[in-house]
Amino acid sequence: MCRLFSITSRDPLSPMIALEALNVMKEGHDGSGVGLYLTDLGGEFAGYKHCPILSGIFTKEGLKKLNEYMTTRGFVAKHEVVIRPSMSPPTGTPRRDAYLFAVYEYPAEWMDLSREERSLRFMITRLQLRQMGIEDGGSMMIFSFWPDVIMLKEIGDPMEVADYLGLDKHRILARSMLAQGRQNTNYAITLYACHPFFIQGVATMTNGENTAFVPIREFLSSRNCPGYIGYQSDSEVFTHIMHYTHYRLGMGLEAYKHIITPLKDEELDRHPDGKWLRLLKHTCRPLIIDGPNCVMGFLPDKTMFVVQDSKKLRPGIVGGKPGLYAISSEMCGLDYVIPDRDKSQDFQPMKYDVVYVGPDRAEVKKWNQWETFTHPR
Amino acid sequence: MESMGNLHPSTLSTKDLHWRILWSKEKCTLCGRCTAVCPVQAIELGVHRKRAVNVSLGIKETPATAFTVYHGIDQRTDAAYACIGCAMCNLVCPNEAIIPVHNDEIDKQRFHINTGGVPRRRGGRRNSPGSLLDQIKFVRISMLTDPALDAGRHEFELRTLLGRILPAEEALLFSRENGWIPPVREIYPLLIGSMSFGALSPTMWEGLQMGIAYLNEELGMPVRMCTGEGGCPPRLLRSRFLKYVILQIASGYFGWDEIIHALPEMKEDPCAVEIKYGQGAKPGDGGLLMWYKVNSLIARVRGVPAGVSLPSPPTHQTKYSIEESVAKMIQSMYMAWGFRVPVYPKISATSTTNAVLNNLTRNPYAGGLAIDGEDGGTGAAYNVSMDHMGYPIASNIRDAYLNLVKIGKQNEVPLFAGGGIGKNGNLAANAAALIMLGASGVQIGKYAMQAAAGCLGSETDRCNVCNIGLCPKGITSQDPRLYRRLDPEKVAERLVDMYLSFDTELKKVVAPLGRSTSLPIGMSDALGIADKSAAERLQIQYVV
Repeated sequence: MCRLFSITSRDPLSPMIALEALNVMKEGHDGSGVGLYLTDLGGEFAGYKHCPILSGIFTKEGLKKLNEYMTTRGFVAKHEVVIRPSMSPPTGTPRRDAYLFAVYEYPAEWMDLSREERSLRFMITRLQLRQMGIEDGGSMMIFSFWPDVIMLKEIGDPMEVADYLGLDKHRILARSMLAQGRQNTNYAITLYACHPFFIQGVATMTNGENTAFVPIREFLSSRNCPGYIGYQSDSEVFTHIMHYTHYRLGMGLEAYKHIITPLKDEELDRHPDGKWLRLLKHTCRPLIIDGPNCVMGFLPDKTMFVVQDSKKLRPGIVGGKPGLYAISSEMCGLDYVIPDRDKSQDFQPMKYDVVYVGPDRAEVKKWNQWETFTHPR
Repeated sequence: MESMGNLHPSTLSTKDLHWRILWSKEKCTLCGRCTAVCPVQAIELGVHRKRAVNVSLGIKETPATAFTVYHGIDQRTDAAYACIGCAMCNLVCPNEAIIPVHNDEIDKQRFHINTGGVPRRRGGRRNSPGSLLDQIKFVRISMLTDPALDAGRHEFELRTLLGRILPAEEALLFSRENGWIPPVREIYPLLIGSMSFGALSPTMWEGLQMGIAYLNEELGMPVRMCTGEGGCPPRLLRSRFLKYVILQIASGYFGWDEIIHALPEMKEDPCAVEIKYGQGAKPGDGGLLMWYKVNSLIARVRGVPAGVSLPSPPTHQTKYSIEESVAKMIQSMYMAWGFRVPVYPKISATSTTNAVLNNLTRNPYAGGLAIDGEDGGTGAAYNVSMDHMGYPIASNIRDAYLNLVKIGKQNEVPLFAGGGIGKNGNLAANAAALIMLGASGVQIGKYAMQAAAGCLGSETDRCNVCNIGLCPKGITSQDPRLYRRLDPEKVAERLVDMYLSFDTELKKVVAPLGRSTSLPIGMSDALGIADKSAAERLQIQYVV
């Protein structure tokens, strides 16, 4: 079973804290991989809030291709961290030429574009680079290209990979993070199958198995959204459903929860918004998830959230103190990172719950599907 | 030389027949029940003269011939009276003295059932025991991250939708702006397909309706039944139970005068309206209720004279093209109930299904598409239509679903599959396979007749006299002497049994796949088959 750790803090933290939490929970994961999502960055990336950051793994050839691609399109590199490991990689980790996190100034003509259009172009740039890497046999693997976001994925034990890459030596800090400690087991092992998944500011990771994966994938793939590709993991659809809810339907977490785990027909008969929720359930029927799943992630506005699927067979606990909250798949992870919290306020979301911590990191908010919407719908 | 005057080309022996009657003189009590019950008079009283040679032991008396007579059964060999294998004789025999059996080779009677130049017509099924659906296995057992679900204890939501479902973006916009949102029904995914009041006997229809009412009102299972083309009894039209009924309109419009006149008095809207353009048993052919079955009650419900054959034309009179016809009829039917009732067409499975389907996707009113495969049954059809026309349902439904996936409308136009589901008794497995191939639900007919009423039909040409009103079980007869054999209460009871066991079996299929929150429509990764070409054609796993 995957181990997941998500944290949001008023003060920037080192990603090592999340990886250490994973390490505490190691009993339950096989140390086969690591995935990191960092946003609301501090440290040396703090000054580039509005510039897209490219995160990926490159061969030397890949770096050249990237440079040529970005330059041709008018991107200007403003800052970058390139990790070129000199030591031998830990067992299971392939040798890579470079791990790159590069901040770009986007082309001048993009300045006048609407925010939506610019955000679409960020995504398309990422997809084109990713495709280039696939077509040329792996010169690059691209995880994200988005303002104020850094991602890293690698095969191997999370702590060993972190030591190998010297993550603690760089001034890469973030206020909000997702960390996951295992490779995908349901389908072929590839870094694109490693959680967390990211699309246009939406990032999620999942503990579980989505047995409704194929019909959901078919539905998303036919939405005419260029970013709905990949699906080397059955969990990637959770990210894309959140994206679909946010970008296409213009709704938030409550709607997301009602889409992936709608109330039963007879429950809707008793719900004050039953008629409208029934419409949502009907129209988004192919997005109903199945299997045991615990989904945690971040929205584009840096809201951290966790939801369970309607069977609630996966662990997930939320706790913390004002200014510092975490969601962990195991309580020991939470204990390690925030030992001085009021544990009586810890919360384990059940099948109807949505739990989230807003960008102010002031409190844990709970909402369940029997309540009316607090966000616009 | 004298010609063999009594031997003509169609003279057959019992060896030449499809079914041969075996009769035991020792066991027979000569009660006569078998000859009385035989629906086709295939057997009659036989008076047999028997010669015996008596040879005494002494030498004085010469051997002599003695004649005795015994009574028993004669099987008629005229093809028009050939045994149909229904085995009612066996059912009524107190001593198990009689039983029909298949002859040991392909019969000769088939070459002679066209006396007068009329080809064989019959009811029933395709007489093809093979089933691709039976070969499909469910291979994606959830063993990976969690044990499979418990079919007996988990909660399952296994309903489906019938009606046009808008894309979410449009639905939310229309909801905000008070636009028209098409009616959608939440129903059980196993529907009783169109079998008309007329094709079925009154007791059978009543039994099915009672069973459905019980399933809905006592057990909370939203089961629906389609009327077929034959209208709907006036009291049902005016009752609250109409909401469990899908009214069918076909090219003969039989019964629609009554339906239209009942509109102002309806307490409930029907579940939906099905426009029949074709059926799997006799694709491209019209409906047919033969005169034997058109009694005064049927005639009244259908708005026709009694005692005449009622052939519906293959095409709708208004039809210039399927686009126009579908569009016109769908609109008209929607208007009749104030746009509150979903309307959808039913077609025979065909290599042109996707053309029809693409049209429907462009028609914002089309509430689904029912596709009836080659194994569909019927009350009456030409033999050649039943046996040789049509398209298998599995690949047709798969093509249709993948076509919808390609254009992104797989949730908008629900597909319903029919034809041969459960033909060998594997109802839940067949239904689940079709759902995972892309159907939103399945329609059955023959299975319900067998399970709920004891239909004797089989895939080896047994009985098949649904067309002439002689159904020995009273299921498809309009003769009160026959249909009184069927107790509607018992039919209802059996129907409920059938649905409950189906429900359990369906859970036993989906639970190990880790599915419980929604019907696994299009979950093709769960399917496998040990036939490589079928696997490729259906885009499922090849497993050996």
